Amino acid sequence: MKFSFGRLGAVLRKELREYRRSPFIVGTMALLPLVFLVEPLITIFRIGPSVAANVVDKAVGATFLVLLIAPALLPAVIAAYSVVGEREQGTLEPLLTTPLRREELLLGKAVGVVVPAVGIAYVLFALIQVCARLFASNAAVVSALGQGPHILAEILFAPLLAGWSICVGIGISTRASDVRVAQQLGTLSSLPPLAVVALVSFNVFTPSVTLAVVFAMVLLVADVVLFRIVVALFDRERLITGASARRSSSGDGQVPPAGAVRRIRRIGGTDDG
Amino acid sequence: MVDHLTKRFGDRTAFEDVSFSVAQGEVFGFLGPNGAGKTTTVRTLGTLIAPTSGSASVAGIPLTSVNGPEIRQRIAIMPENPGLYRRLTVTENLQLFAGLYEQRNGAARIGEALEAVNLTARAGDLCGSLSKGLLQRVGLARALLNDPAVMFLDEPTSGLDPVSTREVNDLINGLRQRGVTVFLTTHRLEEAERLCDRVAILNTRLRLVGRPDELRERLFSRSLLVETLHPVVAPDDVFNSTEGVESWRPEGTSSYVVNVADPRNIAPHLTRALVAAGADVVSISESRHSLEDVYLQLIDDDPEASQR
Repeated sequence: MKFSFGRLGAVLRKELREYRRSPFIVGTMALLPLVFLVEPLITIFRIGPSVAANVVDKAVGATFLVLLIAPALLPAVIAAYSVVGEREQGTLEPLLTTPLRREELLLGKAVGVVVPAVGIAYVLFALIQVCARLFASNAAVVSALGQGPHILAEILFAPLLAGWSICVGIGISTRASDVRVAQQLGTLSSLPPLAVVALVSFNVFTPSVTLAVVFAMVLLVADVVLFRIVVALFDRERLITGASARRSSSGDGQVPPAGAVRRIRRIGGTDDG
Repeated sequence: MVDHLTKRFGDRTAFEDVSFSVAQGEVFGFLGPNGAGKTTTVRTLGTLIAPTSGSASVAGIPLTSVNGPEIRQRIAIMPENPGLYRRLTVTENLQLFAGLYEQRNGAARIGEALEAVNLTARAGDLCGSLSKGLLQRVGLARALLNDPAVMFLDEPTSGLDPVSTREVNDLINGLRQRGVTVFLTTHRLEEAERLCDRVAILNTRLRLVGRPDELRERLFSRSLLVETLHPVVAPDDVFNSTEGVESWRPEGTSSYVVNVADPRNIAPHLTRALVAAGADVVSISESRHSLEDVYLQLIDDDPEASQR
């Protein structure tokens, strides 16, 4: 049975419906970066017309960094809930009894988190651009915020950073036995890519279209590799029973009873997608 | 078809050397004490977990890792906990599963499934607002969505009131008539006796498989229950002299259990013998052992059960 976009769509619709029924999930996801943005926004609005270019760059860099925190960090919390949360509320087993492949389940859940996370990031970015044009007293600030590399970086990095964060979160979620632990680990593990973004934002690397594209490509490859690892980590048996398929299927060294000595091919739902 | 199937979790054996077969359209009861391995067997046959050894085929498809999705397309499993999304409505829950089974006419299937479990009026209700019995019925509706060849039902009437229980039992009978194989795990022995063509009693190993009346005959000798107004004078003479009586024992002051090979033919002879001996016969009836008697007899005799 091949990968089905129909089944993936069914999972995605379910995820989005659940967000719609619980607006606080997405609302709090948007609120936190909004609060973080207040300080950098005030800073760039207060930059006078005669302030040096390096000060403008630094302030704009800080603003971009905060903008990218939203897609990089916040989805990890929701992603970390995705599998272990289903398990805790008893809805995972019925899902796994259907023909749903693990790639479809995980991708459906990942896209379900990417959509609000990236949507929020883009809305905040647009909001800052509008605010800067209305309230910034230094034209260099408006110009820096509207630079091609910055806009390109925001457009490319938001989904890719969210992708990394979500893959890490889901990966942890497939192995964790407690939602709280999964969410904390997920947030911590999504920090490393932000370090590179910080270096670019603070002009340690000079932002350029080439750098943005190269870094985006690296992130894209990392996201794909990470997703494959997460799919491989998804073990139906462990999720249902708490015991790894590999361990429980390998027997315990005892001689099986007569008639049960025939070893069989690996069966069941552990590696069949 | 299950052939010498075994599942171990490290040192712990969930079930061992289990073999049986279930015919198409059969309602097969799976009984056993808590921890006997019933749910693990269902999960194994449902491709959720991998067996340690042995083989099986489900809905005619060999149970291999490659065939997992194909098997799951043709079966339905209703766990004891229906596992529904409480923030979604009944219809939205079913829409998810219709989508996972890639039902082309999903809306029509959902309508039929809801009608089958008598839940059409609650289609728009949030699952979080439903009682346990109603959730159980939504779980059943979900199991009907893909028109399965084999349906695994784990305690389907758990938490249901008598009317709902009867509706579920009617539904199971309807499934049998449509040729759906039903694998019913239950603790309600009277329900198993009423619904199941055959039952299996599992206690890590399979203890017995057969029709409920077969199991009774295998475990209990057939007997007549004789009740008289006053104690029979010299009952030994009366019972032992009657042809076909194998043994007898008193049960109370004026009741007797008489073991016979053929209760229907021996009863008239025994009645005549008792009347001839001056006994006032109140009743003579065939002693019926329930499936519960069979179950308890097996489990009480099982040393593994007492360790649980």
